[in-house]
Amino acid sequence: MKRKWLTAPYIVWMLLFTIIPLCIVIYFAFTDSITGEFTFSNITGMWDYAPIFLRSIWLSVIATIICLIIGYPVAYTIAQCEPRTQQMLQMLIMLPMCMSFLLRTLAWVALLEDTGIINNLVTALGLTPLPLIRNSGAVILGMVYNYLPYMILPLYTSISKINPRLIEAAEDLGCNKSKVFGKVTLPLSMPGIASGITMVFVPAVSTFYISQKLGSPGTILVGDIIESQFKGAYNPNLGAAMSLILMILIFICIGISNHFTNSDSEEEVMMP
Amino acid sequence: MKKFFACFLALVLGLMILGAVPAKAAEKVTLNVYNWGQYISDGSDGYIDVIAEFEKVYPNIHVNYMTFDSNETMYTKLQSGGSTYDIIIPSDYMIDTLISEDMLEPLDFSNIPNYKYVDEAYKNMAYDPENKYSVPYTWGCVGVIYNSKYVNEEDVGSWDLMWNKNYAGKILMFDNPRDAFAIAERLLGYSLNTEDPEEMAAATEKLKEQKNLVQSYVMDQIFDKLEREEAWIGAYYAGDYLLMVEENEDLRFFFPEEGFNLFVDAICIPKGCQHKEEAETFINFLCDPEICGQNLEYLGYSTPLSEAKNYMDPEITESDIAYPSEDILANGEAFAALSVEGNQRMNSLWLSVKTDDNVLGKYLILTGAAIVVVIGLWLFFKIRKTRSIKRRGMFYKK
Repeated sequence: MKRKWLTAPYIVWMLLFTIIPLCIVIYFAFTDSITGEFTFSNITGMWDYAPIFLRSIWLSVIATIICLIIGYPVAYTIAQCEPRTQQMLQMLIMLPMCMSFLLRTLAWVALLEDTGIINNLVTALGLTPLPLIRNSGAVILGMVYNYLPYMILPLYTSISKINPRLIEAAEDLGCNKSKVFGKVTLPLSMPGIASGITMVFVPAVSTFYISQKLGSPGTILVGDIIESQFKGAYNPNLGAAMSLILMILIFICIGISNHFTNSDSEEEVMMP
Repeated sequence: MKKFFACFLALVLGLMILGAVPAKAAEKVTLNVYNWGQYISDGSDGYIDVIAEFEKVYPNIHVNYMTFDSNETMYTKLQSGGSTYDIIIPSDYMIDTLISEDMLEPLDFSNIPNYKYVDEAYKNMAYDPENKYSVPYTWGCVGVIYNSKYVNEEDVGSWDLMWNKNYAGKILMFDNPRDAFAIAERLLGYSLNTEDPEEMAAATEKLKEQKNLVQSYVMDQIFDKLEREEAWIGAYYAGDYLLMVEENEDLRFFFPEEGFNLFVDAICIPKGCQHKEEAETFINFLCDPEICGQNLEYLGYSTPLSEAKNYMDPEITESDIAYPSEDILANGEAFAALSVEGNQRMNSLWLSVKTDDNVLGKYLILTGAAIVVVIGLWLFFKIRKTRSIKRRGMFYKK
């Protein structure tokens, strides 16, 4: 309690750069772009963009699931290694994050383009170029590639925190390997899964750069429209309404995922 | 708590003083120039470096050069405030809008003696009838650039090429409403300044029809995409074609028979300018025939200063793409500013083009299925949990 003032800078920061901007977004979302009067038309007009919202959510849900499927075994394996190797592997996972996000996405463009590196090889072999870029698959690939470390790191942290005695106990009581995993490791790593899902899903659903570079005009995402409303069309009210709706949808999705990943962890595992 | 705030305040004050002192000490004036991307000779390929040259002649002025990729981006930046610019170089219709919204500073032409070199044809233009606010920088036409290796010569000549299904996925389209609508409107035989709701709706349909064939909506990325043959067809400015063809000699250009946009980009000083006199000095420098000639030789755009042609490669001044004949120019049409409502309608129609989608059904079915699965899983876990609690209860009873 004595050190409560230590949080003051953060509270001021939060107020200035999170709460107040949020209020401004809400204000813009409910006012008309020309007259500045109070209106619901920005929100009710959202129905026109339902396909775009759904696409954004679907592509990021798929990307999140792929991240989880790839990331869990990786995190599990790293957690089983010697401490020194663990450090090294953790470094390797974080290494791509040291490079600019924009640069990494552009590198994928150079790889996947019709005249890109992969297709140049393919044509050199006498085959027809593959349609690698400008489809939903490429957008998902971009999301998975960029956000995978955000899945692996929380998973790794929560798996390596599991008390090895619990696993030993389970083995002593006659569980085989898969049962140990299903009854002990998996439930205990649920908090890691939950934060991994959030860390991947939230940036993926609001991304605009990935879809602009790797997607086609037909795979436009919510982030693209929000960007265009603020950058070119000068209709911040529509953009604000969209980000508000997106925020609500994100909360709903996270709520659903938390419902499944929330467990009373250790207590539950130790119960028969 | 008090102590902390005192420290915090002291720190803030300290930083403010530190920030203020060097600003006063430096006598150098910083000129914020906001221009289109790739729109000034920057010293590459042995051409003149206009800004370095300017700073050499006027050592007490430092140029802070920034770029935008469309008139609309520039306008939004000016509207939303937050940053001040001393020089902007927008296009004709945008200047018209800026003048009507009182966002430009009238120029003091006594500081711009080189204005006398500007050809009469480019003075008192429709966008600035009294010639108070702008000095023309370049002019040019919009046309179609295509790669002769892939595109059949028989398909060439009309805006139709941009709707040709044989080249699906290899077509690049403007990423701003004004230029994109102009193409559809000319193809349909309308004026590119039309505000008739029906004509605009028809143009919107035309653009939606094209969307599936378009590889991407781009601005300056078109350079890279056409030069590397990632795309084969694109609509862009004639001057930029002359730059591209130096990188890829298979590229060709034509003026579409239905007519095209003829534009003038001019230098203006926006309201809120901090150093007007220095800004006018910069404008004057750009209008120096020798500088202008060397600058535009690199840009490939056409010059409004006949005098400047003396300093340019005759190959360019004789090119009928940079300086098309009167017959071709007669087919060009300049943009006029749309009314506020017209602009709003165009923006929302453009958004409807970009978000046009017929996949709603597919996604609704998928989402419905996902909701069923989620509820199913939820029930499953709930039942399992109640059962295990029951079992647990039995265990403890024993």
